[in-house]
Amino acid sequence: MEAEIKLLENGKRLDGRKPDELRNIKIEVGVLHRAEGSCYLEWGGNKVIAAVYGPREAVPRHTQNPLRAIVNARYNMAAFSVDDRKRPGPDRRSREISKVISEALENIILVEKYPRASIDVNIEVLDAEAGTRCAGLTAAGVALVDAGIPMKDIPVACAAGKIENQVVLDLGKEEDNYGSADLPVAISPRTGEILLLQMDGHLTFEEFEKALDLAIKGCHIISDIQKKAIMAKYQSNKEG
Amino acid sequence: MAQEKREIVIPSQLLGEIKNKKAGKGTFVENGKIYAEVLGVLNLNQNYINVIPLKGRYDPVEKDFVIGIVQEAMASSWLVDINAAYPALLHVNEVPWDVEFGETERYLNHGDSIMAKVLQVDQEKKLQITLKDRNLYKIKGGQIIAVEPSKVPRIIGKKGSMITLLKKYTKCRMFVGQNGRIWIDGDEDGVKKVIDTINLIEDEALSYGLTNRIEELLKKDAKDVH
Amino acid sequence: MSITPSIKRDFLENLAKNGKRADGRKFDEFRNIEIETGVISKAEGSARVKIGNTQVIAGIKMDIGEPYPDSPDSGVMTTAAELIPLASPDFEAGPPRENAIELARVVDRGIRESELIEVDKLCIEPGEKVWLVFIDIHIIDFDGNLFDAASIASLAALLTTNVPAERLELGENYPLPLKEPPVSCTSVKFNDVILIDPSLDEEEIAEARLTVATDKNGDIRAMQKGLNGSFTTDEVKKVIKASIDNGKKILEQLYKSVGK
Repeated sequence: MEAEIKLLENGKRLDGRKPDELRNIKIEVGVLHRAEGSCYLEWGGNKVIAAVYGPREAVPRHTQNPLRAIVNARYNMAAFSVDDRKRPGPDRRSREISKVISEALENIILVEKYPRASIDVNIEVLDAEAGTRCAGLTAAGVALVDAGIPMKDIPVACAAGKIENQVVLDLGKEEDNYGSADLPVAISPRTGEILLLQMDGHLTFEEFEKALDLAIKGCHIISDIQKKAIMAKYQSNKEG
Repeated sequence: MAQEKREIVIPSQLLGEIKNKKAGKGTFVENGKIYAEVLGVLNLNQNYINVIPLKGRYDPVEKDFVIGIVQEAMASSWLVDINAAYPALLHVNEVPWDVEFGETERYLNHGDSIMAKVLQVDQEKKLQITLKDRNLYKIKGGQIIAVEPSKVPRIIGKKGSMITLLKKYTKCRMFVGQNGRIWIDGDEDGVKKVIDTINLIEDEALSYGLTNRIEELLKKDAKDVH
Repeated sequence: MSITPSIKRDFLENLAKNGKRADGRKFDEFRNIEIETGVISKAEGSARVKIGNTQVIAGIKMDIGEPYPDSPDSGVMTTAAELIPLASPDFEAGPPRENAIELARVVDRGIRESELIEVDKLCIEPGEKVWLVFIDIHIIDFDGNLFDAASIASLAALLTTNVPAERLELGENYPLPLKEPPVSCTSVKFNDVILIDPSLDEEEIAEARLTVATDKNGDIRAMQKGLNGSFTTDEVKKVIKASIDNGKKILEQLYKSVGK
């Protein structure tokens, strides 16, 4: 389909952002009563909620690992979160995203402390606008901290992409639909190590380097937002 | 040494170096540096850097007193939920009764609450508890509430000061399990007052002068009632 | 699985004998209800409802499709509910089990039987094309009484739904044609005591449950008894009266929240 839309005009994107600008992000910690840790996150038009249960004995028993905890991240999109109603239940896309998020989280959670246990992370996308897996993983990171899970770092994710031969940060909806590359990345901000990396589209090696660099820069900015939100919840007026 | 300031730290926060201090609870070491591994309160003493977790399930320690809820009665043991990552095992040899094989249900059943002690935590985190102690028993009557295990020291208070206050002004019997479960027994108003006060302590656990403020509140209410 | 300690049951039963509830409410009193609409931008209508700590989000999506053969001139309405693992340590991932299915069908019945949605106004081409209305209920925090939270959320979402004619190139968007909403009130019974709007603890020891949907005239539109205990006929009538009274109050709050 020919892209009739001009995604970039005079260096400004459809929503007025510069090529290296993030959409608005808002994070709230500890929003659910039953979950042991939780986080509500808004990122552009995305609204996601993440909840953590555990560590608890893994069931069924045959899934238990005698040496460490297993991390079960479940990413799900609500039926009403997209333009055309999505049939409830996990589809292949959701299951793949759940897997790559679980693997990213397994890296930074200190799983050896909880043999035979599972740490269950639930990510629900309530309102979707491109970049839901990054929003989900970022919210999951905060929910894990809120649940008191021991971790090496607080994971964070961000995507970069290409629209009309320009590498840009944090694709919005039309950019995701009509752009020519999408690169979601998750990192451990303390070390810079990459925990999640996917790409589809077409990038030259130089474009890839630029995009990766941009995405990682975006991750660091968002990492600050995560940390501020956590401190705001726990270091409120509790002194004196 | 007393803590001057209650500082909150988060996972990955740099706290110090192993050439100066030892890495204590709630921390991990990488390339000679000590980092926080969990959301918690920084606790420094002469030799160690510790982080006391603010949230999370109970981390069982041998000899801790805990309140457990029986999940399942098996042939010669019971599985008990003690709000840890794993259920605890209570063996028939660790109860004050003479239990025949297969007769466990006659003594303790699903839903029963017990005051127990942590007997053993092994390498694989398998937990065992015991009821063999003068102070341990099956709980009858009263109410059980749950708080974050990290708040238990605040609810007990320095040398039991807070819990003594609560008992004094509400005339309730109370027992605080290290695993965050609290048993309360008394008249309706007393129990409600204890629960309300505990909720207040939970919200304000990090403040200073809390014990005095709670005492004032309890005194005031006691005067109003007559 | 979360276990309810038996002394908690004794505690609640003793309180109930003295006419009291753990959170200080009267037997026929609801917890605080919060209603917020327009919370999901992708949905044609949406609402977030909190009853105490129970939290539910309902989203309305609309599309064009074929009518049922036995009602060729009517729009089609379907209701689905998800008890997602987010909401409770006891909810498992997977296809909806009986609890979720019962919840969806009871909410559906209340709406359908009250003819809230004017489905005869949702016909585009008789026998060929009609509007489909999807009500999706997402439980996100479970602290007792999902039936009422889900029902109120669905109503609030429907009351603020706009038919997406523009997106499907059928003219301008317009409000979903609706009549009077029914309101559902749920009560539970244990030890011969009946309580409305059960908290999680009360629900866990309940022997029987009764949901009654009433309209603004105090007429009954739908009922559902759940769990394996029983009610006497007098008890049923008492529940209906309490539902009618509370229903009127909730309806007022509902209208206020959607700006009527």
